[in-house]
Amino acid sequence: MRIIRVLLRKEFLQIFRNKSMLPILFVMPVIQLLVLSFAATYELKEVDMALIDADQSELSRALVSRFQASGYFVLELETFNPEEALEAMDEGQVSMIIQIPQGFETDFKEGRKAHLQLIIDAVDGSTAGLIQSYSTSILKDLNAEKLVEVNMRNAVSAPKLSSSINIIPQNWYNPNLDYITYMVPGILVVLVSMIGLFLSGMNIVREQEIGTIEQLNVTPIRKYQFMIGKLLPFWVIGMVDLLIGLALARYGFQIPFLGNLFTVLAVAGIFLITIQSLGLLISTVTHTQQQAMFIAWFLMVVFILLGGLFTPIESMPNWAQNLTLVNPIAYFIKIMRMVLLKGAGWIEIQNMVYVLLFMGSVLLLVSIKRYKKTAQ
Amino acid sequence: MKTVVKAVGVSKYFANVNALDNVDFEVTEGELFGVIGPDGAGKTTLFRLINTLLVPDEGSVTVLGLDSVYEYRKIRPLLGYMPGRFSLYQDLTVEENLNFFASVFGTTIESNYELIKPIYRQLEPFKTRLAGALSGGMKQKLALSCALIHKPRILLLDEPTTGVDAVSRKEFWEMLKVLKQEGITIIVSTPYMDEAKLCERVALIQDGKILQIDSPESIVEGFKKPLLGIKAKSTYQLLQALKAYPKTNSAQPFGEYVHYTEKNRTPDQDELRDFLKKQGVYDVQVVSVKPTIEDRFMELMDPQNEEENNA
Repeated sequence: MRIIRVLLRKEFLQIFRNKSMLPILFVMPVIQLLVLSFAATYELKEVDMALIDADQSELSRALVSRFQASGYFVLELETFNPEEALEAMDEGQVSMIIQIPQGFETDFKEGRKAHLQLIIDAVDGSTAGLIQSYSTSILKDLNAEKLVEVNMRNAVSAPKLSSSINIIPQNWYNPNLDYITYMVPGILVVLVSMIGLFLSGMNIVREQEIGTIEQLNVTPIRKYQFMIGKLLPFWVIGMVDLLIGLALARYGFQIPFLGNLFTVLAVAGIFLITIQSLGLLISTVTHTQQQAMFIAWFLMVVFILLGGLFTPIESMPNWAQNLTLVNPIAYFIKIMRMVLLKGAGWIEIQNMVYVLLFMGSVLLLVSIKRYKKTAQ
Repeated sequence: MKTVVKAVGVSKYFANVNALDNVDFEVTEGELFGVIGPDGAGKTTLFRLINTLLVPDEGSVTVLGLDSVYEYRKIRPLLGYMPGRFSLYQDLTVEENLNFFASVFGTTIESNYELIKPIYRQLEPFKTRLAGALSGGMKQKLALSCALIHKPRILLLDEPTTGVDAVSRKEFWEMLKVLKQEGITIIVSTPYMDEAKLCERVALIQDGKILQIDSPESIVEGFKKPLLGIKAKSTYQLLQALKAYPKTNSAQPFGEYVHYTEKNRTPDQDELRDFLKKQGVYDVQVVSVKPTIEDRFMELMDPQNEEENNA
């Protein structure tokens, strides 16, 4: 115990003395949380569009003003020349072209099929998908509304709308489909993972690189004491960072906090040990901080991309879904969202926690075993 | 005299390199034992075998009667080790470093202050300074203090004076003499031949083999041939000429002189001068010089001489 205390005091002394380390530990997570949460959004804002209105009718104008009034679309260019509109899209000035053919209103009023064309810039597939679905819903609304008018005027046929099935979707747990609510718990996980994966392992490699390990190895310090001395400080810092992030999420972003704080902290504690053990393992196979950094960074990118943070795991191909089974970050992101947004308790998350515990134990054992070998 | 370190038939391989080859030696209690050899001779490997950081591939090392492989945990508190490379925490202060190593060994600066006092006294004015900001000589003193803080019985110093200025080197050896008075056995390695004569016994090591172990005086006595120091205007030209001279046994540059031995027991100085003159070497001065450890070391390194001496 005495030796562990001495080691911890030394580690904290070094961490807090390092002038570039403090901002990395406590300011960077906050900035990242703020920037990522606001910037990493799938909400559509201000899509520039071009209009080719060959109809010039009441209905076509109503349609365009609907688009403008939605708040998502800005009329950037109005022209009768399709070439010009396409050129504007090529240059990236507009992301969508609405082409309304002549006779659009007449067709509609006389009960024929009225056609119009939407050309969407699909270089960014997800944005294109959003533009399409937003546009479709605007057109549907307009259609339903105008149809009633048309039907009422042509009293020959009775309104049919009442007979159709009306679907009103309701989004649970995140009723307004607020993107920040969805992102923040995941980003918190990424921040904690960075601290856990990078710092402990890097710290051990640093001792090797500078050569201080040579002096430490001839002291009576035991391996497990050395390991605890390296893991515990960053475990504590990771937990503190998580608490800061949770406070920011709750009071800054107003995201719901339905679950139990202690459940979150307990899982975070287990998760940190798992990810720190991975960092430890990296440190046993590398000799310089640079090598350790690259391996950790590689794993981090894979973990994040396959972690369900940005894209849902369910929409990944099968092989990628299988890969996420060994991704600790994927588990923790899922647990965080479940606990924070759905108020899930121990029963719902226990299986995932067991998996994390198992991964952590295996990684820790392997890295301790490997560490002994490298010290010889 | 009690033996404190004993190596029997020790070999150590790294990949395909034979870092140490069947090495035997003993160090007795209270001795100042030097390990002398060029870079890459195996000095550091030898130290790491004694301090239990390495396990011998063949043979055994015993420290104070304890086996270095099975009883390494008992050996470690009895050793003080100062690696060749500065291995303290550069981002901790002088005092924090010393405190850390004292605490790790379960002691305090106060309880062993007397032992480190002669060294640490000079560091005390800078005790709040970061170790990384110290000068080379000061770093070395701090490293020695940290290696001594738990009052070890054996002190292992791996090239402590490499990269240290001449004044600090002299001071350092003075400090070692003081520590010897305290009864601590000191094993020190150095690539500097002039430091060898400051040891009580030295082991000359080359390519993982120990060439000779003896007192510096006895080692020098092993050099039997009359030694000449030759100086000329151009040392390079002189060396070239000596190499061409059929009677030359060895010619090694030593500062401004070239140390020269002849195949015959007594060199014919006149003939040598004549030869050099014919070769166009000017301003030749020839003096008789006393051999040093380095001369003997050079001689031992050349296997041809070895045979001749034995014959």
